[in-house]
Amino acid sequence: MTTMTSTPEITAATPLVRLRGIRKSYGPVLALRGVDLDIAAGEVHALVGDNGAGKSTLVKVLSGSVHADGGQIEFDGRPVRLQSPAAAAGLGIATVYQDLALCENLDVVANLFLGREFSDRPLAGPLRRLREPQMRRRAQQTLDTLSIRIPSLTTPVGSLSGGQRQAVAVGRAVLWGSRLLLLDEPTAALGVEQTAQVLRLIRNVAERGLAVLVISHSLPDVFKVADRISVLRLGANAGTFDRRATSAQTVVAAITGGLGVEGMV
Amino acid sequence: MNGIPRSTADLPSAAPGDGPSGQPQAVGQPGGAGGHTRGLNRWISRGRPADLGPVAVLASIAAIWTFFQAQDGAFLSSRNLSDLVLQLAVTCILALGVVLVLTAGEIDLSLGSVTGMCGVLLGVLLTEHGWPAWAAIIAALVLGLAAGLVQGLVTVLVGVPSFLVTLGGFLTFFGVQLALVGSAGQISVSDPSVIAIANDYVGKTQSWIAVTVIAVFLAALQVARRRAWRREGLPAPAWRSVTAAALPVAGLAVVVGYLNQYLGVPYLLVILLALIAGLGWVTQRSVYGRHLYAVGGNAEAARRAGIRVGAIRVSVLAASGLLAALAGVVSASRLYAVDSNLGGGTLLLEAIAAAVIGGTSLFGGRGRIYHALLGAVVIESVENGLDLLGQSDATKNIATGIILVLAVCIDAVNRRRQGRIG
Repeated sequence: MTTMTSTPEITAATPLVRLRGIRKSYGPVLALRGVDLDIAAGEVHALVGDNGAGKSTLVKVLSGSVHADGGQIEFDGRPVRLQSPAAAAGLGIATVYQDLALCENLDVVANLFLGREFSDRPLAGPLRRLREPQMRRRAQQTLDTLSIRIPSLTTPVGSLSGGQRQAVAVGRAVLWGSRLLLLDEPTAALGVEQTAQVLRLIRNVAERGLAVLVISHSLPDVFKVADRISVLRLGANAGTFDRRATSAQTVVAAITGGLGVEGMV
Repeated sequence: MNGIPRSTADLPSAAPGDGPSGQPQAVGQPGGAGGHTRGLNRWISRGRPADLGPVAVLASIAAIWTFFQAQDGAFLSSRNLSDLVLQLAVTCILALGVVLVLTAGEIDLSLGSVTGMCGVLLGVLLTEHGWPAWAAIIAALVLGLAAGLVQGLVTVLVGVPSFLVTLGGFLTFFGVQLALVGSAGQISVSDPSVIAIANDYVGKTQSWIAVTVIAVFLAALQVARRRAWRREGLPAPAWRSVTAAALPVAGLAVVVGYLNQYLGVPYLLVILLALIAGLGWVTQRSVYGRHLYAVGGNAEAARRAGIRVGAIRVSVLAASGLLAALAGVVSASRLYAVDSNLGGGTLLLEAIAAAVIGGTSLFGGRGRIYHALLGAVVIESVENGLDLLGQSDATKNIATGIILVLAVCIDAVNRRRQGRIG
């Protein structure tokens, strides 16, 4: 990637999100046993770990759909409580789930504005008229700034490729002014070229100043896109690494429980 | 849903027939790069799924009409087509409700019973209680709305599939209908204003004035729309606006001219077209319409986007109850009487068939208001033509059944070709 602009200063600055000692248990199962995580604005932060390491739980805590049993969450330097997905959304935390939550029968513009359509008179309430030209233009602007290429904005999303759908879902999150974007396995179902597109898109999003947290099983993808890589193991931190100062073996060692201190931040 | 292979979606031939633009549509380009500005120029089907359906249905209507005209020269006479309009009104009104309900991913099996119950209530109030026509009509419509509302609320609040709730409604409302009819068996309806609904015609001069007003209105609408698109720096091709205004007006003028050769434009046709225009606007241009399609397409995505999925579901079932009540009023007017058979027989299935033949998907998310009219024209043309030829009910049912299955097959093949689901 030639577009990397992240610098050590970013990571040194006050992080947008600061998690300290996050704990969560499901009955007797300890999913998270005191996890710390800092995510800076403009940074792509990858979260890796084996199955059951607690990655998904941590993302759910951040997206407000799971309440942590303990620990502190600071957003923008202020302590916050993420009681519900709506509360998280209110802070500008957007989650793109693996299923993308798109309506395949609706076109790209309709999906980007789903539930937040621009509308005006002549009628009131739910019968307000859609302001289609305005939505179309905003949609085009947003997709352009992210360099997302979709053949036609009037195409039903059901006939787009997997990468394009992912792009629409990410575009929707960015359009609504998110500050932290959570991506759950964004490349899991994609081919090589589409994966490259999505990774480029993730970099573009970070360059617009958003903080991005990516869960991924694919270490090659992680090394292409992330600035920092945090490893979870058995619900606890197993190291945070600067992507440029570490190797895949080190990260693998951290994931599997071998010792990996080299390059650790 | 993800389990269904959509490999064919990547073929260029998967471009749905947005013919007039003549531009190849790069649907699902594997690379996805490039061509997006050209794509933007495709002003077609703003915000709506492109659909190929109407062309196929119009072609089959042409084929059916040609066939019957060849068999019996009276089929395309203005008198017979005028009768056809009256004949298809009830099916079409019910099919409008079916389109709404199916698009939201629900089903309403109680339509026929609600029609019968409300029609009979109208007759009882008029004939046995001497209510004025307007009050009796309102009472019938309110009963239909309430029936739909209750079924919608049970569906949403208790979480029972609408299939089962409305199956129960089908039986319940039929029972109410029987109770209302009582031992009389039949109640005649003679109130002149109720009879007028399905038996009067718009004056010939008035009908042309109406066509002119509509023409001016549509032209003004297109001018305003072009201005709005231009203001956002988006292209608004002139041919598109001209067609959007001229096609409906030309079609309307032909219909009005032809019907005026007989007794004129039936009031029922005015009611039908007003319903289609109003509901068409609501489904295509309003926020509610957008949410309706979202709920039918992916209810979970709609819920996460903050759309009140339950409210949409209740609203479509309420609307279909109201439309069924209107169909009951129209039936009472047409038949000069109501009885325990009203709304029974194959009416419900024909209404569902009409919506599906018109192009509405049984699986939610895909449906257009005009599908109800197209499908009703197909079904009632076949019935009317076979009547002219003196064929039995047996033949009519067989023919309608085969057409329904053919329509569904065409829809299924189309959908697979377009790589679209549902």
